[in-house]
Amino acid sequence: MKCFSRYLPYLFRPPSTILSSSCHTEADIISTVEFNHTGELLATGDKGGRVVIFQREQESKNQPHRRGEYNVYSTFQSHEPEFDYLKSLEIEEKINKIRWLPQQNAAYFLLSTNDKTVKLWKVSERDKRPEGYNLKDEDGRLRDPSTITTLRVPVLRPMDLMVEATPRRVFANAHTYHINSISVNSDYETYMSADDLRINLWNFEITNQSFNIVDIKPANMEELTEVITAAEFHPHHCNTFVYSSSKGTIRLCDMRASALCDRHSKFFEEPEDPSNRSFFSEIISSISDVKFSHSGRFIMTRDYLTVKVWDLNMENRPIETYQVHDYLRSKLCSLYENDCIFDKFECVWNGSDSVIMTGSYNNFFRMFDRNTKRDVTLEASRENSKPRAILKPRKVCVGGKRRKDEISVDSLDFSKKILHTAWHPSENIIAVAATNNLYIFQDKVN
Amino acid sequence: MGEDEGLHQTQLLDTMFVRGLKRKCIDGEEDIEGTLAGFKAIPSYNLQRQSLLDMSLVKLQLCHMLVEPNLYRSVLIANTVRQIQEEMTQDGTWQMINAQNSGPSSLDRLVSTDILCRSSKEQAEEKFIQGYNGFSKDFEDTQTQEGEEILRPPLQAPRNLPTNMWEMESPPENRGNFHKSLDQIFETLETKTPDSVEDLFSEVDSSYYNLDTVLTGMMGSTKMGHCDVLETFPQAAANPNSNCKSDLNELDHFVEILVES
Repeated sequence: MKCFSRYLPYLFRPPSTILSSSCHTEADIISTVEFNHTGELLATGDKGGRVVIFQREQESKNQPHRRGEYNVYSTFQSHEPEFDYLKSLEIEEKINKIRWLPQQNAAYFLLSTNDKTVKLWKVSERDKRPEGYNLKDEDGRLRDPSTITTLRVPVLRPMDLMVEATPRRVFANAHTYHINSISVNSDYETYMSADDLRINLWNFEITNQSFNIVDIKPANMEELTEVITAAEFHPHHCNTFVYSSSKGTIRLCDMRASALCDRHSKFFEEPEDPSNRSFFSEIISSISDVKFSHSGRFIMTRDYLTVKVWDLNMENRPIETYQVHDYLRSKLCSLYENDCIFDKFECVWNGSDSVIMTGSYNNFFRMFDRNTKRDVTLEASRENSKPRAILKPRKVCVGGKRRKDEISVDSLDFSKKILHTAWHPSENIIAVAATNNLYIFQDKVN
Repeated sequence: MGEDEGLHQTQLLDTMFVRGLKRKCIDGEEDIEGTLAGFKAIPSYNLQRQSLLDMSLVKLQLCHMLVEPNLYRSVLIANTVRQIQEEMTQDGTWQMINAQNSGPSSLDRLVSTDILCRSSKEQAEEKFIQGYNGFSKDFEDTQTQEGEEILRPPLQAPRNLPTNMWEMESPPENRGNFHKSLDQIFETLETKTPDSVEDLFSEVDSSYYNLDTVLTGMMGSTKMGHCDVLETFPQAAANPNSNCKSDLNELDHFVEILVES
């Protein structure tokens, strides 16, 4: 494959038609997107509690332009709406996060979570079925023993490929607040789930208990000024994890130090710029997502207006800061009024940690090349997503004269926001969730 | 097209500011500032801050009505309120409002200011600024208090006021409607007891939507008073429903839950 930075990021094109539900209801809004570790599968979760898994087609020589398109592989209802009778409270079925487990056999495993309950799903294929049992007929009914005159050996007969999703574990009743993150540990035996105030550590085999590893709930809830916004395990060191807070800080904890990691090992925080101080300073510095680089050397954080890259060895300031949509700085008051300021944008690394991607409003998403320092704004829309057309960079005009092809800040559509994106682990294929549409773009072939 | 709209809004904003400047309490603030601190002596800043405070308190009260509010959002809003309060305490505006509150000329005071000052002043009411200090109580386990919490002092405050912020800030076509529905809610909330929750919400039910639409309407217009003059927000103003959709849904859910139970 050619050096990506030469292309970046102008040559993404949609490999196939946009994957979306025809009628758009609230339940169809995509709430999470995640590639598995090989990139062969892509999972989405939606507000209706469904998980849709897409599988990449094998390359075919007859249709080279159809290289590796993603098609629906399996769809299942992961979470149902529930009712908490003690609290008299409806629990939404919305899927907050999906995380794949590394593949260990023919089956795939993934974790999905809503506000309260994490589930482990097994997704497996079946293309043969057993036939010719002695005591059961083909429909599974017991045969009358008196009619059995001969014994036969059951055989496996081929049948149409079937993909089954079965819930293998349900990890419930451990979170009082809303789960915002789940993260599989590199030991592959444990995972953590984080809510607004606590982080729990689970073993995949044990559903009835978990260890509380972080608890920031004050004894008196009236003193509460900070919540946990995201958490993730280190990709290689199973004892290390980070979590971010609504005060714009990141804490790195070492589980070897103590069982309860209330005291952090490292504390990443950037001093506030006094010239930019306003009543919204805290809100816009609140971190909405935190991600380790694949190498494990860096962490990336997303706040309302920027993406920052931190070196694990430097706590006092980020090594890189990228402006996502700085033109919104003058609109914070309105964004506070209409609650957009509380939108939780996520961020992702590309496979080689050289490019980062995050979403914005008006169906725009941004990419930043860390080496060349080039950046681009792209748009996920049906109009410019004709197959094999190349995505054109978009530009937002700030004050002054608006040039052709530019869009003015005032005409941005704040109801069209790209919160969730995913990047293939090794190739330049990206998945972008825009409300109820999933756009998959890939780097141009030659 | 978009630019025209922006221009129009800017003009409107200007007039709103002029209107805002005529408010009595601003004069008072200026006096205090002149004698006490002297910094941040721009009246529009105080106006903006006050409106932001009011807006935040309305948001908190809406959070407060939910069984399980979004903690992330409500903590950030509560911190904003604390920050404003701190600053107002520092530059003396806070005391000024307190002093004004005890006097007879309370005509120009805002609803939420009254909520804050009343509860902070009246020590007898231990519930200090329920609007934001008390909100957190509900989160953990006090289900039974839930109903009571909603019914307590802050929501009663506006009843004592002959005038409120909505009249100051809203264009005339919004005013009556909003005033009415807000009043309706306060009235409903204050007169009911916890054991008649069903009644309470069967009545609020319809007015919720009123409140919501009117609130968005109100926000569309108040922002002219306190947001930067350069700011225009045609999208948000043009389509308020989509912005408040989630809120509406939450409220909707909440009402459903209570009606079911």
